[in-house]
Amino acid sequence: MNAMTEGYVTPDGRQIGPVLMEMKNITLRFGGVVAIKDISFDIREGEIRAIIGPNGAGKSSMLNVISGFYVPSEGEVWFRGQKRGPMKPYEVARLGIARTFQNIALFDGMSVLDNIMTGRLTMMKSGLLSQALWFGSAEREENENRAKVEKIIDFLEIQNIRKTPVGRLPYGLKKRVELARALAAEPKILLLDEPMAGMNVEEKEDMCRFILDVNDEFGTTIALIEHDMGVVMDLSDRVVVMDYGKKIGDGTPDEVRNNPDVINAYLGVAHE
Amino acid sequence: MFYREAGDFKTSYRQDSQTFPIRFDRWRFYAVLALAFGVIPFVINDYWANSVFVPFLIYAIAAIGLNILTGYAGQVSLGTGGFMAVGAYACYKLMTSFPEVSILIHVLLAGGVTAAVGVLFGLPSLRIKGFYLAVATLAAQFFLVWLFNKVPWFYNFSASGQITAPDRTVLGYFVTGAQTSATAKYLVCLVFLVLVALIARNLTRGTVGRKWMAIRDMDIAAEIIGVNPLTTKLTAFAVSSFFIGIAGALFFAVYLGAAEVGEAFGIQKSFLILFMVIIGGLGSIFGSFAGAAFLVLLPVLLKNLLVGTLGWPTDLAAHIELMIVGGLIVVFLIAEPHGLAQLWRLAKEKLRLWPFPH
Amino acid sequence: MPEQLLYAMEVTLNGLMAGVMYSLVALGFVLIFKASGIFNYAQGVLALFAALTLVGLQNGQIPFAHLINAALGTNLHSFGWKLPVLVAIALTALVMVGLAILIEKLVLKHLVNQAPIILFMATIGLAYFLEGLGDVMWGADIKKLDVGLPQGISETVESVTDSIFGYGFFIDNLDIVATVVAVLLVASLTIFSQYSKQGRALRAVADDHQAALSVGISLRFIWVLVWSIAGFVALVAGIMWGTKSGVQFSLSLIALKALPVLMLGGFTSIPGAIVGGLIIGVGEKLFEFSVGPMIGGATENWFAYMLALIFLVFRPQGLFGEKIIERV
Repeated sequence: MNAMTEGYVTPDGRQIGPVLMEMKNITLRFGGVVAIKDISFDIREGEIRAIIGPNGAGKSSMLNVISGFYVPSEGEVWFRGQKRGPMKPYEVARLGIARTFQNIALFDGMSVLDNIMTGRLTMMKSGLLSQALWFGSAEREENENRAKVEKIIDFLEIQNIRKTPVGRLPYGLKKRVELARALAAEPKILLLDEPMAGMNVEEKEDMCRFILDVNDEFGTTIALIEHDMGVVMDLSDRVVVMDYGKKIGDGTPDEVRNNPDVINAYLGVAHE
Repeated sequence: MFYREAGDFKTSYRQDSQTFPIRFDRWRFYAVLALAFGVIPFVINDYWANSVFVPFLIYAIAAIGLNILTGYAGQVSLGTGGFMAVGAYACYKLMTSFPEVSILIHVLLAGGVTAAVGVLFGLPSLRIKGFYLAVATLAAQFFLVWLFNKVPWFYNFSASGQITAPDRTVLGYFVTGAQTSATAKYLVCLVFLVLVALIARNLTRGTVGRKWMAIRDMDIAAEIIGVNPLTTKLTAFAVSSFFIGIAGALFFAVYLGAAEVGEAFGIQKSFLILFMVIIGGLGSIFGSFAGAAFLVLLPVLLKNLLVGTLGWPTDLAAHIELMIVGGLIVVFLIAEPHGLAQLWRLAKEKLRLWPFPH
Repeated sequence: MPEQLLYAMEVTLNGLMAGVMYSLVALGFVLIFKASGIFNYAQGVLALFAALTLVGLQNGQIPFAHLINAALGTNLHSFGWKLPVLVAIALTALVMVGLAILIEKLVLKHLVNQAPIILFMATIGLAYFLEGLGDVMWGADIKKLDVGLPQGISETVESVTDSIFGYGFFIDNLDIVATVVAVLLVASLTIFSQYSKQGRALRAVADDHQAALSVGISLRFIWVLVWSIAGFVALVAGIMWGTKSGVQFSLSLIALKALPVLMLGGFTSIPGAIVGGLIIGVGEKLFEFSVGPMIGGATENWFAYMLALIFLVFRPQGLFGEKIIERV
């Protein structure tokens, strides 16, 4: 129980905190199909936690359970020491859980700046009347939040495309804007759904650097699912391996790499 | 040559998020305001007021209203005519029940009543999307028109079933009724339009506007980043209906003077406003002005050309107008879904770099 | 049997017949929606246009006479002949095919991959254009359409019901014909889509655009085909409605009535269109019969929409539509 509350120290010397989120015996069914079968694991404060597995292993479903978009058929999700009941997606966002999407889900009709500003919507409280007159709290709030968003824009090096409509951006930059939007929410836990999918090597390296920097600089807890084994092993502190909806491995990258089940199920069928 | 961004530095976020970030645009805006308030009121006559300016001002208000709902929040509505009718009848009931209260207050209250009705008919928008919702708003259109037609209380049991605006004054000048001058009509509508446009602009550049656009662009993602879809959509319905209600009240009280609901606020009106928004530009306040101006001027021009100059029969001109408007809608949706506003934007972008091509 | 019940039965029967008429228009919507995902608002105007063209051809009207007269100062009106009904119908069908080709070439081709709501608004524009075109071509006066269909109260039904219930039902002959025609139309569409090569292609496209393209089905051909069929269905609907209430602008408004029918039945289901039409037909007649007199009448103006609206809130996919699953 000691480790539960105190955490551990990573090989590179970072202090990992206590458990932030815990999945207890999660099962998810769609009609007769079982997407996730009795999976338990935890995510600790400050760590980078990866979920990997071959196609159809149930990774995305798992992420959707964590993000609250799917309600598990059985099992419990505990967040910050409390059991999370069924919630609407927008209520989950207010708990401090932000995410990016596998197929980029930006708001194409809006500028980069506006997209990132949407990340802070849950923190902006000024009333309709104040906004209508652009007076008092609305304007103050807008400028304060703009200042925070500009920090993230600097951090992710996208100053030059601030006012560009998102629809015009290339793929790699869109991914970065999406990350910026999620970061703008100052999440307790950041979920990344295949952040490297479809990127070339250079873009992947950039994205890796940003993910590590985010974790380092803001201390953000990150849970990500990813296809690219190499990337995952480099990035993450601990890895959950899924196959056909079941958990077949859980541990540090080295432990997982040497786990015979994982080698059979995952690496055995990998064809990259 | 004057149209330049360079050298126009912004040193605060406040300056950066203002309505007209480019100095030249700002000056032009003040010039238009000066023209609208300082020159036109003194030269306007009845013909120009009744056939061009007053309908333009009122339709622009309605178009801004519909643009909030359709262009910004992405909820297509075919019930605009019905909501304008709510504004008109609310205004009529208020005017006749509380004659001592200022007509300006009545118009605003009529907007408020319409907002409430709009929220009511907006409730299904949580469950129904896209053209399902568009068809559902037809329910509002037909039901409301029927209601005002069949329930005599709404038209004070008048024998004709019409509503007629009583004479009301603002600062001693008549603004409704037969004695109203062209200038008074024009100025009342202008003041409301400027007010509505400013509010719309403020809302769309801030938090609410971003919520609306997020729902429009991708509703699931919006919900996941923390936008409550129900309240956001209902806010859009409320604000949109508020503006449309004001437009309806002005259309009846100031412009028409007397109205019969099916004729003044039928389904054709819903389409007219929708077309203004499409041609002007979805998601653009300026587009609402452009679309309203275009569709107010087009029939006037066609009538002058075909009937006045060529001597063709009026009904033929009306049918040709249908063809032109319908054809234009298709052309705009194909070539420029963002409407006149986008054409204007592109022209400005060219101008900003002129005379250098890139 | 109590008199009220008999009245209600008669109203129900009439409602069913009216429902068949709605279904006729709704059918055209479903066909186009299934094959191309387009919600064709112009379907009602297509019916109006078809009816106008039919009357015009039948009476030997000169197209655009109005416009030519105004522009050139001539005084043209008609060719002075009368075409036989079947020839006129065949020619009108050809015109509708031509129209389908034009619509594909000038409009649809340029709107591939646009959001459904944009396509929907484009068809509203198309509706306006066609309405204006129909009026400019053939004039906007109300025309009588007579293709020899029986009209008036059916004496057979009246005497038969009279001998059974002691009360004769009033049913219009035209409604009976419309029912028969609707049944034939649905049957032949079903046979066409099940057994002909084009029909199979049509179903393939409706199932999966991409897959259909990859096996070499031409989407553009399918679109022309389906708009032609929809034009033909519109012609049938136009004949029925035109015979019933004259060819005039209000005919295009029946399309609006078909919308709640679709919302009830689901946009992708032909049986849904039929059942939805019948429910709306019976529902609005019974509502007008029972509640109408208490609240001022003319409830048919909105009843269908309200019914569909309330229904949709509880079952957004309609009666027969597939359940919508949201994904990220």
